[in-house]
This record gives sequence, structure tokens and C-alpha cells, in this order.
Amino acid sequence: MSRRRVVVTGMGMLTPLGNTVKDTWDCILAGKSGAAMIEHFDASEFSTRFSASIKNFDITEYMNPKDARKMDLFIQYGMAAASQAIKDSGIEVTDANATRIGCAVGSGIGGLSLIESTHNTLNKSGPRRISPFFVPGSIINMISGNLAIKYGLKGPNIAITTACTTGTHNIGSAMRMIQYGDADVMLAGGAEMATTELGLGGFAAARALSTRNDDPQKASRPWDRDRDGFVLGDGAGVLVVEEYEHAKARGAHIYCELSGLGMSDDAYHMTSPPATGEGAATSMANAIRDAGLNPDQIHYINAHGTSTLAGDLAETNAAKLVFGNSLSALRMSSTKSMTGHLLGAAGAVEAIFSILAIRDQVAPPTINLDDPSDGCDLNYVAHHAQPCVIEATVSNSFGFGGTNGTLVFRKI
Amino acid sequence: MSNIEERVKKIIAEQLGVKEEEVVNAASFVEDLGADSLDTVELVMALEEEFETEIPDEEAEKITTVQLAIDYVSAHQ
Repeated sequence: MSRRRVVVTGMGMLTPLGNTVKDTWDCILAGKSGAAMIEHFDASEFSTRFSASIKNFDITEYMNPKDARKMDLFIQYGMAAASQAIKDSGIEVTDANATRIGCAVGSGIGGLSLIESTHNTLNKSGPRRISPFFVPGSIINMISGNLAIKYGLKGPNIAITTACTTGTHNIGSAMRMIQYGDADVMLAGGAEMATTELGLGGFAAARALSTRNDDPQKASRPWDRDRDGFVLGDGAGVLVVEEYEHAKARGAHIYCELSGLGMSDDAYHMTSPPATGEGAATSMANAIRDAGLNPDQIHYINAHGTSTLAGDLAETNAAKLVFGNSLSALRMSSTKSMTGHLLGAAGAVEAIFSILAIRDQVAPPTINLDDPSDGCDLNYVAHHAQPCVIEATVSNSFGFGGTNGTLVFRKI
Repeated sequence: MSNIEERVKKIIAEQLGVKEEEVVNAASFVEDLGADSLDTVELVMALEEEFETEIPDEEAEKITTVQLAIDYVSAHQ
């Protein structure tokens, strides 16, 4: 049986740069940063006191406040992004197609805010005050679960959680489900809201975060000599991915083809990659082969590029292993220089940037890259977006546990 | 008495996300006000909090209407 083709027909996102795809993309192309000092809790005792959080979010645009009250913010973010994506796709759920439409929307950490506040309630008032909505309001598969309920989606319903590779793995797995006939349409992506006391404190303790407290908007600076860690961010991204003939038959607007998924693991360390970038290279090579392409047909890489010392260099080395002779024509940028690191949502919002790069024939920039460090010598699209011919793109995500995922998008 | 009634109705309206005028004495939480089983558990917790009382589970299960909530709270003040 030949695999069915999969295309992207809808997109939605909330990011620190804007609460829609358009608002975010405008800021990306203008090279703006979404980082700011933390105001939603007292961060004065923390070594890092800034984040890239969502601003001016109004859940009542998407659901009634009574339902929203039962969901941690990460679920609300995911529901909002998915609502935008469904609307964008124009898909209508009917009795006839409901079992053919599913969800694969995950999160890296899940309902950390609700876990923290409920634990405070337990300590203060005892077990009788734990809300019956605590568990369904905080567990990771409840974006997918609530989407199924809200829209009547009776197809496959999953939520993969693989740290910072979550969004990528969910989209890739949704693609596989469509390729192999488990579904015709999938909502796929990730959401995160981990800029909480435990989230910030935990990543700070792992020495993963930038501590550039005097200038948050310059803190995420992938490949730059002065990079000192990532900027923790919140948000969500959801795609509508669909079987090609199904999309054509209903006259859907098709953004591009989702043609490859690659996966691997570093088998090396809990939080750091090997300097060689071997695991990342395997993931990229697998994805490009899965897409039926050669490396020289890829024109843009949306890098994982978190602005950590080890990670940025390893990804550069990985790209050298995979692309070899075609490196000179390749652009690789990190939009995390602007959005911060959205953990489980990162792969999903960056998939959308990789798609828009094809649509608009432009490579988004890496801001704050003033002075590349030793060994970081690719075209990282420093400071300003670069218009160029882009037929196919790669989007990378690498997570704690050494888990790697790569998607390939292709012009159609 | 009327004070208790007002406070109970206010909590029900807040917890179930309905307008206060819908919270009439005869209204059933599930049938009239759109609550599900988890909503009613949380509603009882909110009543416990507001009136600084503890409602045993076997009693809580019987509180299914606005009037029954008012009666219970009034009897246990």
C-alpha cells in the first residue's frame, strides 16, 4: 500500500509575539522580541526574572468562562490555537466525517500552575478542598480531550509528551496516522504554560536559562558568543493536517505538503546533546529521506536553536554532517531568538514559521546574533529576514532525554 | 435567613456560571442549571468554604436543588 499524502490546511497560534498567526508572523519578520520582566508572580528571588509570556489573552473569545475555569492555562492556550486552526481550515465536522477527524495536541509539562495552586490549597486547607477539576484540568491529554468534546471529533485522540520535541512529534505522528489511514484530518501541535514558580525555578536550577535580567530582549541570542541559556516562553501552536485528496475534494486552501518525519535519540545525557550533533543529524537525515528528498533540496532550516552553549554548536555540527556540500546555499535560523523557548509548543509554532517561510519565500531572522561564536559559521539569517527561493523546509526540535524530531514541509 | 439565601444563590451562580435570576429556589443543579457531577462536588466545596462548615458526602449527595442547599445551610448554622 502506498502512503497517502498529507497537507496543511489550517494553522493557529498564541505566542509571546501575538495571539494570532498573522500578528506573530508580522513580528517575526520585523525581528521583534517577545521577552519581558515577569509580572504574573513575584520573581524577585529567582536568578532569572524574565520570560516570554502570553500577553492580553482573553479566553472568552474562545469558550465560556465557566468551562475555562476548569482548565489550566496551557489547556486554554491549546484550545485557543486549535479554534483558530479549525476556523482557518474551513473544515466542517459532520456525522459522516466525525470518526475520521482526530487530535494529537500535547504539552511538555502540563498544568503546572494548577498543580502548584492546588498543592498550596492542600497545605493550607486540607484534602477536602482539592477541586474535582484538578486532575482533568491539569493532565496533558486534556487539550485533545476537550477539543474532541467541543467539536465532536471522534477519531484518534492522543497527546504525545516528549519535552521540547512534543509539538514536532505530535504533528509527525498525526501525519503518520493520515498516511496509514487511521484518520483523514488531524488537529496537531502543542501548548505550554510553564512560566510558573516551579517551572522557572526548575529550569534555572538546571542552569538552562539566560540570566540577562538587565536586558531580556537581548537574552535569546542563538549562536552568539555571549549567549547564556534560553528564555522560557509560553504559548501554543496547532495545525490542521489533512489527506491531500480529502483537502482537494472540499476545495480547502492548502498551505504546503507535510512530507517527512524523522526521529532519533542522543542516548547521551539527560539535558545536554553530544557536541558532534550525531543524534540531531540522524533525525534530520531520517526526515529528509522520509520526504523523498535530497539534502540539497532543503532551502531553510528552522533550528531548535535555543541559545544554550552546547545545543547551538551541536545543531550546527549536525547540519554540517547532513548537508555537507549544499551548506553554502542553506539558511538556518532560530525564531526562538524572538519567541523564547515554548517547550512543548515550540515544535508546533516553529512548524508554522517553516510553512510561512515557504508561503512568503522568506527566511525569518535570528535576532541578537551580533558575533557568532567559534564553530558557528553557517548562514543564520542574522538580524534581518532574507527573501529567497524556498521549496522545502526542515523544522527541528530536541528535548530533554535526548529525544529528537524533525519535520519536512514542501511547496505544493 | 434571607441573608443565607442570597449568599447561597450567589455562590451557585458563580460556580455554575449562570445568571443570578436563573437561580430560583426550585431549580435543580443538573436539570435546570446545566451542572454535571463534578460541578456539584465543587459547588458543595464552595458552600463549605463560604459557611465554614463541613458537609458529609452522604448529605452532599442529597443537595440537588437551590432550596435544598438553602435548607441545609440554614439548618447547620
